[in-house]
Amino acid sequence: MVCLILGVPLAWVLARTDFPGRRLVRALVTVPLVLPPVVGGVALLLVFGRRGLVGGWLDQNFGVSLPFTTAGVVVAEAFVAMPFLVIAVEGALRGADARYEEAAATLGATRWTAFRRVTLPLIAPGVAAGAVLCWARALGEFGATITFAGNFPGRTQTMPLAVYLALEQDVDAAIVLSLVLLAVSVGILAALRDKWVAA
Amino acid sequence: MTLSSSIKIKRGDFTLDIELTAAPGEVVALLGPNGAGKTTALRALAGLLPLDDGRIDLDGIRLDQLAPEQRRIGVVFQDYLLFPHLTALDNVAFGPRCHGVPRAEARQQAQGWLARVGLAEHVRKKPRQLSGGQAQRVALARALAGEPRMLLLDEPLAALDARTRLDTRAQLRGHLTAFGGATILVTHDPLDALMLADRLVIIEDGRVVQTGDAATITAQPRTDYVARLVGLNLYRGHASGSTVRLPGGFDLVTAAEESGEVFVAFPPSAVALYPSRPDGSPRNTWPATVSTVSRQGDALRIELGGPIPVAADVTPAAAVHLGLEPGRELWATVKATEVRSYRA
Repeated sequence: MVCLILGVPLAWVLARTDFPGRRLVRALVTVPLVLPPVVGGVALLLVFGRRGLVGGWLDQNFGVSLPFTTAGVVVAEAFVAMPFLVIAVEGALRGADARYEEAAATLGATRWTAFRRVTLPLIAPGVAAGAVLCWARALGEFGATITFAGNFPGRTQTMPLAVYLALEQDVDAAIVLSLVLLAVSVGILAALRDKWVAA
Repeated sequence: MTLSSSIKIKRGDFTLDIELTAAPGEVVALLGPNGAGKTTALRALAGLLPLDDGRIDLDGIRLDQLAPEQRRIGVVFQDYLLFPHLTALDNVAFGPRCHGVPRAEARQQAQGWLARVGLAEHVRKKPRQLSGGQAQRVALARALAGEPRMLLLDEPLAALDARTRLDTRAQLRGHLTAFGGATILVTHDPLDALMLADRLVIIEDGRVVQTGDAATITAQPRTDYVARLVGLNLYRGHASGSTVRLPGGFDLVTAAEESGEVFVAFPPSAVALYPSRPDGSPRNTWPATVSTVSRQGDALRIELGGPIPVAADVTPAAAVHLGLEPGRELWATVKATEVRSYRA
């Protein structure tokens, strides 16, 4: 969800506008793809940690602290998974004909209306594919989450973290959890693939 | 809803610099060869291209500072650009919806517009299920449904096959007559321009070279492009009395007397060809060489070189009799009464 809300507009900006530094922004967006997730987690800690650049400011002014909370999990997974969405949506946007937006404008649609009622439906398959990839990446996310959000059962423990923990204590439980994760993933991907990704 | 505009746009080494006006209810055709800047002018009027200089006024409102969605201008694009994910009905209802009309009412209006263009039974179809002619009518209905102050049509008939084109052109003519605002029509087809427009504006190379109604332009072309469009031989020269001296020193004798810089025009059918120098009345006689022979309807169009380049129409029988083939040398004549001259 967070990825959709942040990622689609970001992709639109990357695909439709031309501003100095666009290359840099695109490079920054794709960095998490290349970075080992643990390094990503460390980077997030440095920025959002209680003594980090943004984290310190957030803590002082709002008393909000992200690391080792459920929100921290969301941030970590969004950080790692968003590139998949941004890249997919940007590709779809570049493939979509910008002249439809022009046609909408001549009919009196503002940019936002044109995007919502014309562009978004046209690139829906691309957005869906990106969302699935993004979600799949987030589901399996391990490194950045454990580094940034820790592993507190019930608060920041994700399935892969639980599996890892279980593997050290109770192998059978680990296998069961892994199978559940596998089944859910395969099930959802299979269901979505026919409908969206192939379209 | 009077349009008056001056449009200046620079793109690389191409410059568009034209003045364009249109009265309420008037249909103005922008006619010109490919790359003349017709579509660029249209996009500028619609607000899809910024002006480098100039201004656009419609009915006392300054348009060039408004965003496209605030201009209330209906556009029919060359390939229509119907939204592929919406039905014909929702495509047409899009404009009214954007102007704040509630959904049910917008759909009702759209239904009315589609009925008016004769597509009442196709409202539920998606654009890809429509034929070319139907899509064109949906595009027109969509442009009109927003109650535009001005209508812009970009090659509205270019994507249609010859038969559909004939029907659609006649219908389009009716809808344009019914529309109260100014209409600007871009086309490179002289027939579309002559049939649909009240006034023609001819653009070449980013400039207006001639404006006028169909009769004036077909009778008195002022550039080679227009002359070829309407099928006339055209020259420019200096008249004194009934003789016009062309560059290169060739003299043409005309029926009427003029003086100063003039255009001289005559139709290819007025040119007669002879194997040897003819005697008798024609005052304009010169030796010529056949350069190309091509079909033109029932006749053959012969392009001739010589002191002046000229196109002549002859019957196939005459062509056989004269042994017309590239390189053949013969005599060309034009009666003075067939040669019209008018001020440059």
